[in-house]
Formats: sequence, structure tokens, C-alpha cells
Amino acid sequence: MTMNRRSFIVSSAAVTGGLALGLEIPFGGPAVLRAADGSPEVNAWVVIRPDDTVVIRMARSEMGQGTITGLAQLVAEELECDWSKVTYEYPTPGESLKRKRVWGDYSTGGSRGIRMSHEYVRMGGATARDMLVRAAAGQWDVPASQCKAEKSVITHIPSGRTTTYGKVAEAAAKLQPAKDIKLKDPKDWKIAGKSVKRLDTLDKVTGKQVYGFDLKLPGMLNAAIKECPVFGGKLKSFDAGRVTGMKGVRKVVAVGETAVAVVADTWWQAKTALDALPVQWDEGPNAKVSSESIAEILKAGLDAPQAFVGNENGDAKGALAKAAKKVEAVYAYPYQNHAPMEPMNATARWTSDRCEVWVPTQDGEASFAAAHTASGLRAEQVDVHKINLGGGFGRRGAFQDYVTQAVNIARQMPGTPVKLLWSREEDMVQGRYHPVMQCKLTGGLDAQGNLTALHMRLSGQSILAAVRPQIVEAQKGRDPLTFQGVADSGEHAFGYSVPNLLIDHAMRNPHVPPGFWRGVNINQNAVFLECFMDELAHAAKQDPLAFRRKLMGNHPKNLGVLNAVAERIGWGKPAPRGIHRGLAHMKAFNSYVAAAAEISVEGGKRVKVHRIVAATDTGYAVNPAQIDRQVAGSFVYGLSGLFMQECTVKDGRIQETNFNTYDSMRIAQMPKVESIIMPTGGTVWGGVGEPTICVAAPAVLNAFFRATGQRIRSVPLKNHGIELV
Amino acid sequence: MRLSINGKTHDVDVDPSTPLLWVIREQVGLTGTKYGCGIAQCGACTVHVDGAPVRACSLPASAAVGKKITTIEGLADGGTLHKVQKAWVEHEVPQCGYCQAGMIMAVAALLKEKPRPTDADINASITNICRCGTFQQVREAIHAAAKA
Repeated sequence: MTMNRRSFIVSSAAVTGGLALGLEIPFGGPAVLRAADGSPEVNAWVVIRPDDTVVIRMARSEMGQGTITGLAQLVAEELECDWSKVTYEYPTPGESLKRKRVWGDYSTGGSRGIRMSHEYVRMGGATARDMLVRAAAGQWDVPASQCKAEKSVITHIPSGRTTTYGKVAEAAAKLQPAKDIKLKDPKDWKIAGKSVKRLDTLDKVTGKQVYGFDLKLPGMLNAAIKECPVFGGKLKSFDAGRVTGMKGVRKVVAVGETAVAVVADTWWQAKTALDALPVQWDEGPNAKVSSESIAEILKAGLDAPQAFVGNENGDAKGALAKAAKKVEAVYAYPYQNHAPMEPMNATARWTSDRCEVWVPTQDGEASFAAAHTASGLRAEQVDVHKINLGGGFGRRGAFQDYVTQAVNIARQMPGTPVKLLWSREEDMVQGRYHPVMQCKLTGGLDAQGNLTALHMRLSGQSILAAVRPQIVEAQKGRDPLTFQGVADSGEHAFGYSVPNLLIDHAMRNPHVPPGFWRGVNINQNAVFLECFMDELAHAAKQDPLAFRRKLMGNHPKNLGVLNAVAERIGWGKPAPRGIHRGLAHMKAFNSYVAAAAEISVEGGKRVKVHRIVAATDTGYAVNPAQIDRQVAGSFVYGLSGLFMQECTVKDGRIQETNFNTYDSMRIAQMPKVESIIMPTGGTVWGGVGEPTICVAAPAVLNAFFRATGQRIRSVPLKNHGIELV
Repeated sequence: MRLSINGKTHDVDVDPSTPLLWVIREQVGLTGTKYGCGIAQCGACTVHVDGAPVRACSLPASAAVGKKITTIEGLADGGTLHKVQKAWVEHEVPQCGYCQAGMIMAVAALLKEKPRPTDADINASITNICRCGTFQQVREAIHAAAKA
């Protein structure tokens, strides 16, 4: 099998499409496949050891969001196994490829871990249960219909005879899987839908958990790297002679055309030598770009004639011209970096016939594709071992630059494993940033204060134009993702009905590389739309909740979550003295989310967020305790972005290089978060990791307006001298 | 240089200016202590030096000679988890978990100094960064550990 990167991605997409349509999935077969310890594989998802331990195998990555526990719950639910005997492992992407991608998509972003795999993992559990029951029935020579399975024990009901999964797994693995298995009704769930404990907690409190950057291999060396800080620039030269004599230094290497790395016995030696290494850059054409020059380009887009339409009905421009009252506002959202606690890293070992990579990744297959391309080897000579991630937030999925670099360095030292670790400074200046966006909103009110028209003009950067140009090409230049939360339909549909509506995007793509930052484009779209809705309500002299409700008659699920937070926070009743409230809602990643915040403001500048009530309708809730943690955690990420974080550009490069200038919330600033998890079922499952992130910021900004009368329209608030306390 | 870590003596051959964090990780081989920023901002590298919480990324190893260093690996008493670790498991505090070793070490030091910390004590003492945002569970678990 040989495949280049392009054919790999194309075939991956084709297979993913097949899975999504529920086409044939290979479930086991007569030849018994075995795990590394020799235990039989009942099917791809389920390995059962003789001691009844159930090993559940998953392609998605665990990065703290709890997806592995949730997916294991879904398998275990259908498998009818003993939850206390469940453990998990990651199949390698190379193994998956050899088996026609039996585990499905590895990509763990877009809040898709559970919502886009629940059906086939449940089917994996159900099919395995059926095979185990039939194997037991076969050994007893009784009809399988007389047997039942519960907590890994199979009972022949008439005789009361029992056996366990561990005893019949070998025989079950030899059976043909059935094709007509029916999944349980979620109302009958016993393991899924419950707040069972996570599978991966203990090692995280003892220091035993091995993250990518903790990996040790025999003979391993360590590398520190510096890439041209001006995006688009190149490495011109470096003076290796100045550092080769330093203690521990083994080699100084160019990495591709843009970076230089020092390889040493320890990382500290490598980093110390790299800091001392004279390097010349060819900074290229972007060396004069600044935040100000980028803002000017975006500003021009706010009134540009050409724009891609994302959502349109009626005649917004005509109706605005006739409106009794017109309201207009311009908002702006900055570049932000993911800054996961564990900086980017990857370990590679390369020889002329084998390349192996160990990497904390949100997408094992993307890591595989990057390793394959960089290795110069055939696909079957390459494999990737996924290791635990110290956070991802979108930086470790579509972008595998650190894998490419690690393989490139390892190729220059055949046979020696090399661990590449970025410094925090490198992580900050080589991000794939939340894109910059400005937005001009124009609303028209009639004499009674009803919203008759809305034009939302976005101007700014497209992620897909940089990352998935083929999608933009297929849409004749339009980036559909830009309209997340305000789209005309689908998983990010607009949550209002406005008689005359136009939402369009003037695409302006600066040279700073954009990426998928937790929540992606809902972050800015929620601030733009939900703050402007408050502005319109204020102009119409109406209560912000009442004003919204009038536009939400056709959006019962949006209304459901909004009503839930309004009721819990006590909207319409007097707030405690000094406390001010704000709210916001959105549909994102097929979930409906809303937040209501209570804040106080001291001296007009010091903001205390006391409490946020958050409602989430995910359709189905596999582990409520973990959803609760994702909601609260998303607010920490989102409010850090709102108050503290901006990556500014000067001389073509990012200026913020560490947490001293790119701050993040601490425990003292944490509001009390009360989450209302209110799944309403149906055929569509919503995501969890990202949706709620977008409603905290507009809820707080709307509360800030009520507290101070001041409308803040650009992020972060530190630029306005406003501080979170 | 000679360092005492988790009750064991380690002779290491390093430049004396090497931060304690990297000596613990790369010479001694204990990788529970994490690197997050290198400038004492995030606290992922927190260890105890003579019982006090220290951000090991910014302390030269030479400054720890002759002192008692405790890392996350040395916090439990043999097979028995420290009460902070127990509370962390019970309240399922960690998400990705990367910052939690430093967080736990900071909290263990706080509880030694103030066995029943108020919320204000916690706010003043626990300044570690957690990008997953586990703070709500961290606070619950601190109070639970204080009562244990």
C-alpha cells in the first residue's frame, strides 16, 4: 500500500462518509484477531481478557474532555459488561489503516468525539454482546434466545447455569457477527447517561500519567527548535560553530526551510544552546505587517461591495432604508492562541525502512499523514503512537507542524529517537490563531420597536481558506464555517427569525496562520450577535429577554435553554444590590446553549463575575458530571479570552511570548457556575466540549452594560482598562 | 551536586544554574513535575523545598542543595495517597491533568500552613493556571481535603 498525503486524506474522507451513512462496518470474523497480550478480540472495539477485563478500543483522543470515558460507557452499555472491569486503549492509526479504518475517524475536534461516533461504538458493543451470548449458548447447546447477559455474566435462564465473558470470549471471536442488532432505547440505559467516574483519573494525581513530553526511550536525545518568527519567512543561516562545543550538544540542524533545531542530551542543554545560537532569518514580504495594518484592511471590508452570503431572507438593505429607527455598531475580535499547558511536542525515530512517532494528538490520522509525508517512506513503514495530551483546544488536530519537524530532525540522525519540545515562547509565536474578525451590525426597528431588518457584515479571516482550501474552492470562495452560530441551517443555525436578514462575509486573509480555537467562530459571532441584540432591545426600550423571545417562536430549543437560564438566574426579579445581569444563547455543534451572568463592577473597571447559570441541550447526555465540568471549563477558556488575551502583531510577528503578557484566569477569578443539563432527545446528538464557550462572553458584556451604561465592542477587555477580579 | 528528593539522595552532574525543574525531570527522571512557562507564572512545576511551595522552573538547582525536595511522586505515604490526592480522585478534579501535579503540590503546602483555608485564603495562595478550567472542582476538593 502506498499513498501520498492527498490520496490519504481523500480516502479518509470517503471512508468517513461511509461510516456516517451507516454502511458496512467490518465486525470481527472467523479468524481470531488478538491484542498484544494474546487476548481475543471479539470485534474491533472489544477485547476480553480471561480475567473478564474488558478492553475498549477507541480512535478518538482524550485530552481532558472525558470523551474516552463517555465512549466506553456507550460500548459498555450495549455490551452489558461489568463497568468496574473496563479499561481502554488506543489502536494506532497504522493499524486502523491496515484494517480499512475499522475504528472510524480519529479526528477529535469540532466537539465530535461522541456525537459522531455514538452509533457505531454502540453497535460495536451490541454486536460483541450478541456474539458472547451465542458462544455461551453454543457451549451449553441451548438456544441463545434463552440466555441473557448482565454485568459480564451470561445466564441460561431456564437452567440458571452461568458463565462469564472471559470464559467464552475465545469462542465468541470465532463467530460471524450478526447484522440485525437493535440498539437500546436510551431510556433503558444503565451505564450511559450516568455520571460514572472517569477511567483516567488516578495517574493524573500521582504524577504517573505519561504525557507526550514525559516520554522516555532508550538512547533518546532532546531537541529545541526556533522557527522564523515572521510567518512566511525562511531560515537564512545559523552559526553552529558557536554552540557545538557546549555541554551535551550533539547536532545543530536546519529543519525544512524555516527552522533550526539544536539536539542535545537534555532539553535544557538544547534550549540553552539554541538561545545562544546566532540565527539569520529571511523575513520575507510580511515583515512590516502590524495589528494596526491588519485592522485597517478588515475595516475596509465592513463596507466592501463584495461579500459571501451566509444567511439571507427578505430584503434587509431595502427594509433598513425604510426603518423607523436604525441602530448600527462595529465590533472586533482579536487573534488568540490556544496555549495548552503542555507545549507542542513529538518524538520520532527514523531509519531508512521505518519511522515511528509518539505524539499527543487530537487526530492520530493527521499525525500519521504528516509523519508519512516527512518520512519519505511508504505508508506501511510508518506508524504513530498516540500519547496523552496536556490539553488540545484545537491546536493539536488539523495542524501537525511539530510532527513534521520531529520527523525531519530524526531523519538527520537515523536510528536515534529524538524528542522535540517547543518552549512556551515558541508555542506562543508559532500558533494557529483564533482568526481576527470585525463585524458591522445594522438593525432596523419599526415604530413599535419590532426588529424588521438585520444586516450582519463580517470582515476578516477565513480558517478554511488556509486549512481546507478545497472546501472553500467547492463553495466558490466562500467559507461556510465563518457563519457558525448564524448559519441559515444545520448544526450552527441562527436562533432568530428576522423578516429581512442578511449575514455576509468580506473575506480578508492576513498572513498570520489561523486555526480552530475551542469553539472556533462561535466565539466572535456570539459576541457580535448577542451583544447587538441587547443594543437593539435597549434602542427599542424593551427588556433584552422579552425582545429576543419575540424573534424565537420558530426556535423552540434555543428558547428552551434561554428560558431555563432566565428562570434560574431570576430574570425579571430584582437582583441583589450591586449585581447586574446579562444573558445570551446560541446553537452550536448541534447543541443549544444559553448563559445568564451576574456581575458587579467596581469603579467602572474592576469586574467580578459572581455566578453564571448555563443551560445545555445536547440531545443526549452520556455523562452529566463530565458535561458539567466541560461547561465550567469552557467558561474559564472563554472568559480568559474575553478579558485578557490578544496576540498582537508587530513587524510581522506575534509579540506576546508567555503567560506574563498572555494571561489566563486563576481560581480567584472563577465564578460559581451552575449548569442545567437538559437533553431533549431526538435523532440528533449535540457536542459538549465547545458550544457553551461562546455564551459566557456576551452574557458578561451585556451585564457590564447594565452595570455601567458602557457598551464594550472589542475584545479583550484589558485594552479598555477593564480587569477581571 | 547532591540533591535530596523524596527522601533519596541524588548526585547529579549539571551546570549549577540549571533550573531545579529540569534536573528533577532530566537527570533524576521524575516526570510528574511539569514545564508550562519557564518564568514562574503558571505553577505547573510546583514542588516543595523544605516544605514550602516553589516554582522549580525558576530556581537554580544549586539553590536547593542541602534542602529537602518533595515532588508529586513523593507526596503519597508509600501506598497511601495524601489527603489532597484522595480528594482530587473523589471530586474528579483533573481534566487533561497536566497542571494538576503542580496544583496538588501548591494545595498540599497551603493546607500545611492553613489546615482550614477560607475561600479568600485559597484565592490568595493558589495562583496556578489551568487551561481546562478545573477551578470549581479544585475549590470543592480543597475544602473536602481540609475536612478529611
